[in-house]
Amino acid sequence: MLETIWFALWGFLWAIYFALDGFDLGVGTIMPFLAKNEADKRIMYSAQYPYWDGNEVWLIAAGGVTFAAFPTTYAVLFSSFYSALMLILFALIFRAVSFEFRDKIDNPAWRRCWDIAMIGGSFLPALLLGVAFANIFRGIPIDGEGIYHGNILTLLNPYGLAGGILFLVLFCLHGSLWLTIKAEGELHQRATVLAKKMWLVLVIVAGLFLLATGFFTQLYQNYLKSPIFFIIPLATVASLLLIRVFIKKEAWWKAWSASSGTIVGVTLFGVVGLYPNLLPSSMDPSYSLTIFNSASSPLTLKIMLGVALVFVPIIIIYQAWVYNFFKDKVREHDVAYEEHY
Amino acid sequence: MDVLMLSRLQFAVATYFHFLFVPLTLGLSILLAIMETRYVITKDIGYQRMAKFWGKIFLINFVIGIVTGITLEFQFGTNWARYSKFVGDIFGSLLAIEATVAFFLESTFIVVWALGWKRLSPKAHALTIWLVAIASNLSALWIIIANSWMQHPVGFVIRNGRAELTDFLAVITQKFAILAVLHTVGAAYVLSSFLVMGISAYHILKKQHTSFFIRSFRMALNMALIFSLFVVAEGDLHGAHLADTQPSKLAALESHWETTDHAPFYLFLIPDAEHEHNLLQFGRIPSALSLLIFHDPNGVVPGLKDFPKVNRPPVALTFFSFRFMVALGFLFILLTGLCWLKRNRLESSPGLLKIIMYSIPLPYIACALGWTVSEVGRQPWIVYGIMRTSQAVSPIATCQVAISFAGFILVYSFLGLVAFSLMVKQAKKGPEPFTSDTI
Repeated sequence: MLETIWFALWGFLWAIYFALDGFDLGVGTIMPFLAKNEADKRIMYSAQYPYWDGNEVWLIAAGGVTFAAFPTTYAVLFSSFYSALMLILFALIFRAVSFEFRDKIDNPAWRRCWDIAMIGGSFLPALLLGVAFANIFRGIPIDGEGIYHGNILTLLNPYGLAGGILFLVLFCLHGSLWLTIKAEGELHQRATVLAKKMWLVLVIVAGLFLLATGFFTQLYQNYLKSPIFFIIPLATVASLLLIRVFIKKEAWWKAWSASSGTIVGVTLFGVVGLYPNLLPSSMDPSYSLTIFNSASSPLTLKIMLGVALVFVPIIIIYQAWVYNFFKDKVREHDVAYEEHY
Repeated sequence: MDVLMLSRLQFAVATYFHFLFVPLTLGLSILLAIMETRYVITKDIGYQRMAKFWGKIFLINFVIGIVTGITLEFQFGTNWARYSKFVGDIFGSLLAIEATVAFFLESTFIVVWALGWKRLSPKAHALTIWLVAIASNLSALWIIIANSWMQHPVGFVIRNGRAELTDFLAVITQKFAILAVLHTVGAAYVLSSFLVMGISAYHILKKQHTSFFIRSFRMALNMALIFSLFVVAEGDLHGAHLADTQPSKLAALESHWETTDHAPFYLFLIPDAEHEHNLLQFGRIPSALSLLIFHDPNGVVPGLKDFPKVNRPPVALTFFSFRFMVALGFLFILLTGLCWLKRNRLESSPGLLKIIMYSIPLPYIACALGWTVSEVGRQPWIVYGIMRTSQAVSPIATCQVAISFAGFILVYSFLGLVAFSLMVKQAKKGPEPFTSDTI
């Protein structure tokens, strides 16, 4: 029971991380398509600046919880995905420092370098996180000792790549919707147009991904066993459709919320299908890491559950306060000061 | 080189680099919080100007600390998979608690602070930097508790082929952890105050913004004086405790070979690990080592020969790191003492100011030496007495680690260089002039 609760929390933490960091990774990725001048770029930086750090801690928390609750999975998963993870980490480093470094020297070439860091540092994690999760859904070649028989190219299989593209599109849509909230005037218009296009692309990619999931993974077995869970993919699809409805109504916060719901739904769809596996083995199902063979001791799980039940709600409250505190649109005079204040 | 050596080097590079930035976050956040609190109490705008100037340096430093911390957490999984599997039940939960209890708080409120000068009342703004300061220090607390468990594992049993938690309180309240937290955080405060004093000295010497920087200098001096004394006095408590918890480390720290009471102290010596003696030693002070460690000449100092060769740490590196760290510790007391005597006539002490300015790197070196003592001195164990470092490494391909190690060196050198030059640029620029619109 404890293991199952932690499995649910584990999925929940990753889902929150994707829904939150998803929009700033998205804003970074679409910057070259939306920013026509320096002022636009500044708005696109400022639209993420108050949030990126708090959002990224959900990644640390999701990683930390994997370590604490399912150490064996943490060990096998992270060492198997070695090169992909290193790429994600380096990308996130470059992305993060570009917020602090970019405006410290008044020189267009300097700024352009950090713009590239921002774009690459957003694009790569968006893609690779999708690749990683699709491979978790599909299973990877690990043996009974938890040794991975493959390399980074093994992860770039068709289903893995499909997952990568799905995440990329999800995040780009999520990011453009965030910009419709944060930007005014022409930039807002361009973000709206892009959001509409991205939504169409997403419908196609998501449809293909759901189909491919039937071919490449065992995820649907859990759903066929307990059809009640079909409510998750159905709610996800409903959420996806709602995005378009809200875009049409120009209800931007609602459209963004629906897009957050879609990301959470996609993640939970995979997680529920995975249960009780955390990392299926494509070599032999008996090698798969499950919540039973890789969980921490009951004492640790209990203590950690206490910590999570107390602190996660507190975190959500103060982060919600911060989101509310910075809820206004980014205006040019806000970004006119050197380094934001 | 094999996966083990590459992974060790990579982790060493990543931790040393991370800890170039962490101590300043720990100490400067507290100084900033004090400055803003004084502003709230006295309404003296000068304190706010101070917080703004030092805050800019703080922010550059802070972001590097954050991003390099993430790679450390993930490296336990990528490079030390067998270790993670073995200790995740205890060590993993401590890291997870650190993220939930502390890291979220500092990362969320740092931005509110950075962007909140105009939007928040001075009181609320001071509160945000206090939250950041408290959260950063709490963060250090949990990480050091986790590290202390590797140094001196308690509150566990070996079950199901791994270390399983049996007593959580024992893990978080053990003496080793308390001592290590106090020592590390104290050292961080010394480093931060030396940085503030050093930069202030630069401007006072140049005779620019003199009153601003004399105030900053004196504020940091209080912290420097208190904590350089504290770190040395507190460090003294570690000796006798190490004899109980990590005797092989203690023996290596002193390059002491035979277990004896009335152990002498040598002012100068060169260890020779291969032949199990000291190549050179002179300046013998009888019984002094026993006295230093146990405050008792009858104290029995463990010798390295008590341990099979395979269980000894690298002696020379541990020994020299320890000696230099201690020497620096006393130098900091001396320097801050001198500054304290001249605190009311700093402008007329250019020689001292120059020394203080060039002393900025010294606490950084002392911190790195301290970690060398702590981590190299623990070898060959990753968890002292329980698991060897060589058993802890991931079953992965060498070329992957070679590439990522090269990546770490390139990326971190570049980041370090950029951050360093931006901080220097910011420091040299001095505070913003007084105008009504700069808030």
